Amino acid sequence: MSNEIEAIKDPGLPAHVHRKADTDPVAEKRAERQVAILFLISALGTLLFIYSYYFVADEVFVFLPVLGNTNAHQLLLGLGLAIALFFIGAAAIHWAKTLMPDEEVIAMRHTMRSDDEDRDALVKTVKERAGAAGLGRRSLIKRSMGLSLGLIGLSPLVLLRDLGPLPGNDLTKTSWKSGSRLVTDPGDRPIRPEDLEVGAVAQVLPEHFGEERRHLSDIAKDAVLLIRIRPEEFQLSPERLSWTYDGIIAFSKICSHMGCAVALYEQTTKHLLCPCHQSTFDVPRAAKVIFGPAARPLPQLAITVDSEGYLIAQKPFSEPVGPSFWERSS
Amino acid sequence: MTARERVAGTVANYVDERTGAAKWMKKNLTKVFPDHWSFLLGEIALYSFVILLLSGTFLTFWFDPSQREVLYDGAYEPLQGLHMSAAYASTLHISFEVRGGLLMRQIHHWAALIFMAAIVVHLMRVYFTGAFRKPREFNWIIGVGLLTLGIVEGFLGYSLPDDLLSGTGIRIAEAIIQALPVVGSYLAFFAFGGAFPGESFIPRIFTVHVLLLPGIFLALITVHLMLVWYQKHTQWPGPGRTEKNVVGYPLMPAYMAKAGGFFFIVFGVTAFLGAVASINPIWLYGPYNPGQISAGSQPDWYMGWLDGLVRMSPPLESYIFGYTISWNILIPGLIVPGILFTGMALYPFIESWITGDKREHHLLDRPRNVPNRTALGVMSLTFMLVALINGGNDIIATTFHLAINQVMWFSRIAIFVLPPLAFVVTKRICLSLQRADRELVLHGRETGRLLMLPHGEFVEVHEPISPELAWKLTAHEQAPALALEDVDSRGVRRAGGLKNKLRKRISQANAESIAKPTATDLKEIEHH
Repeated sequence: MSNEIEAIKDPGLPAHVHRKADTDPVAEKRAERQVAILFLISALGTLLFIYSYYFVADEVFVFLPVLGNTNAHQLLLGLGLAIALFFIGAAAIHWAKTLMPDEEVIAMRHTMRSDDEDRDALVKTVKERAGAAGLGRRSLIKRSMGLSLGLIGLSPLVLLRDLGPLPGNDLTKTSWKSGSRLVTDPGDRPIRPEDLEVGAVAQVLPEHFGEERRHLSDIAKDAVLLIRIRPEEFQLSPERLSWTYDGIIAFSKICSHMGCAVALYEQTTKHLLCPCHQSTFDVPRAAKVIFGPAARPLPQLAITVDSEGYLIAQKPFSEPVGPSFWERSS
Repeated sequence: MTARERVAGTVANYVDERTGAAKWMKKNLTKVFPDHWSFLLGEIALYSFVILLLSGTFLTFWFDPSQREVLYDGAYEPLQGLHMSAAYASTLHISFEVRGGLLMRQIHHWAALIFMAAIVVHLMRVYFTGAFRKPREFNWIIGVGLLTLGIVEGFLGYSLPDDLLSGTGIRIAEAIIQALPVVGSYLAFFAFGGAFPGESFIPRIFTVHVLLLPGIFLALITVHLMLVWYQKHTQWPGPGRTEKNVVGYPLMPAYMAKAGGFFFIVFGVTAFLGAVASINPIWLYGPYNPGQISAGSQPDWYMGWLDGLVRMSPPLESYIFGYTISWNILIPGLIVPGILFTGMALYPFIESWITGDKREHHLLDRPRNVPNRTALGVMSLTFMLVALINGGNDIIATTFHLAINQVMWFSRIAIFVLPPLAFVVTKRICLSLQRADRELVLHGRETGRLLMLPHGEFVEVHEPISPELAWKLTAHEQAPALALEDVDSRGVRRAGGLKNKLRKRISQANAESIAKPTATDLKEIEHH
């Protein structure tokens, strides 16, 4: 390349410029004092830290301009630690910058590649050694070794089997049964249609029997949202309309996208919004997806009232609730 | 000999007779490290890691990684009498009853954010200056591995307290596992020990978070640093600096003091943030319950881009032969990140294939002198930024009084339009900067002094730049495009014609540059 030949020349490393502290004893002394002061500030920080740990009560709050109401114990402890650490660093760096030698030096690099002789010698050694072990010839050993090493790799997989049960039909089933009463969450009180005004929303769970508290893994499938709108606003198929009761419609609260709780209901638009990924469901149209990444409407729970006037489920969910999975059929 | 020297001598003798360390120490205590602010970025990541180990160990003394349900009767009144997991209750205990506990929690969380930020900025430094080129490809791949593990480690870490926000994050992770074709529901049940959320997941990720991943980190960081040590650090071009030497300060004493001091600075700043800047106030979120959620649920920033991609995904799902494939989860959650990270890991090899350059490189590139690489980097960052912005679309919508739909549609379009646009603009800017460099070398610096010539014309006096600067601006190589012939010397079409054609095209685009000034150019200017 022609321009390489006539390129601008490297002027070489510029001459070293001495610092003030290198030549002036007064400046040197001053730098020394500065370093010492920085170390001393750090020591004060540690003292503040120890003092705050023992003597500042942790229920004292102070009001600070930007921070607002701040716990004094935690603040002073933290500031003490920060000062103690920061000024050790500041002292060390100031020391290095003012008093330690700052002359640049040049070291040579070597290419990473080994000498040809070494490489040849290595190849020879490996060939010789491997030959001596007969790796190339003894195919019986080679194959059986391959087999055993391959098989032993399976053992961790076998061992990990007991991490959990097989899914079975767990993903497709919830605790809702025909006739399950809808009870409030929290509170576990059965609920009547007249408890909900038009525009109201309530989170419900299936009635729960037994002493044991509900498992979170049940709530993760059973959570249902009740919404009441004016019955004439529904735009539902006759079947789906029969799943509602007097303007009350029930949907699984577990998002059909990634399982977050679909908790944001907008009264004016009658949209349900998932706060995780903003999938938006249109309540009057059986929670049809109108925006966002969810591909399926929220499963609807068929409800009615029992002889005592409490809301109950007509039947279990007709499809799996929650996020999709491979074995799901639609 | 003073008494102190005698003691030091005895100790040194004792160690050396047993290890032979003197020879190695003699050589390495004077090892030369080039100095530049951008070389500190990796150090910040390293020091944050140490801070994470220290503060994390402190937290494990009180944290109870269990999803067993307990009745809270601790110091924080608003939550008294509530059922919650032992993990959440012990996090409240650390925050309110262990002295310095909240400080340590906040230091740990801030250090994690700084760790990830430092890794990302360090990666950008390495990428944009071409420090990943031969012989440093291994270290590049280790770095990509550390970044990936860091994202996982951070996610597991903020999932541990089992609060309403982090539980929602785990819920989403479970949905991603569950969405995997064929094996998804099985893997999810194995990971969670049954149906979500179960009682096994937090104890399990605790072990991964405090033992398995830190162990892998330690091993990878050790190799990463040993390779830096062994291959010697890259350096910026400048007077006296060549591909064959390394110019800088010896390790002892100045570099040791600076690096050691810098550790304390990083720790001090992190402690300051932990003291004054509240982070992840889990007591405000409440314990996790899968039927509840808080509006404005956001992951930490290094997960935000992933969440943003999931949010902007169209509602695509296929139902084939009674099975479901959730494209709306697989594409943004696994396929796109997989392509991005694989592409990043392979980039050094792709670039060397394009340029045909198989030589060692120790001098860094100024980003403007490699326009295509720089443009590709800015393009990738733009992609990530749009994704990250969409990860906060709900916050943006409420803050700026926009409809969430508007923000989402902006992102859905911008993710395709802005990255290529960023590429073109960056490349043009790089070439313009090259032109400016050329101008500066040939015509010197503008002094601002105006001169009236005898015939009345005004000219601005230009001052020649120093030979050092001129060298710095012209030290880079301008390699021509690869000369790839479609037919060989005997006129036969070469195999892999399409691949060759592609390589030729990219190579040509890659070689586009403004000719750097030469000494000949300078002489010509002097003559007229």
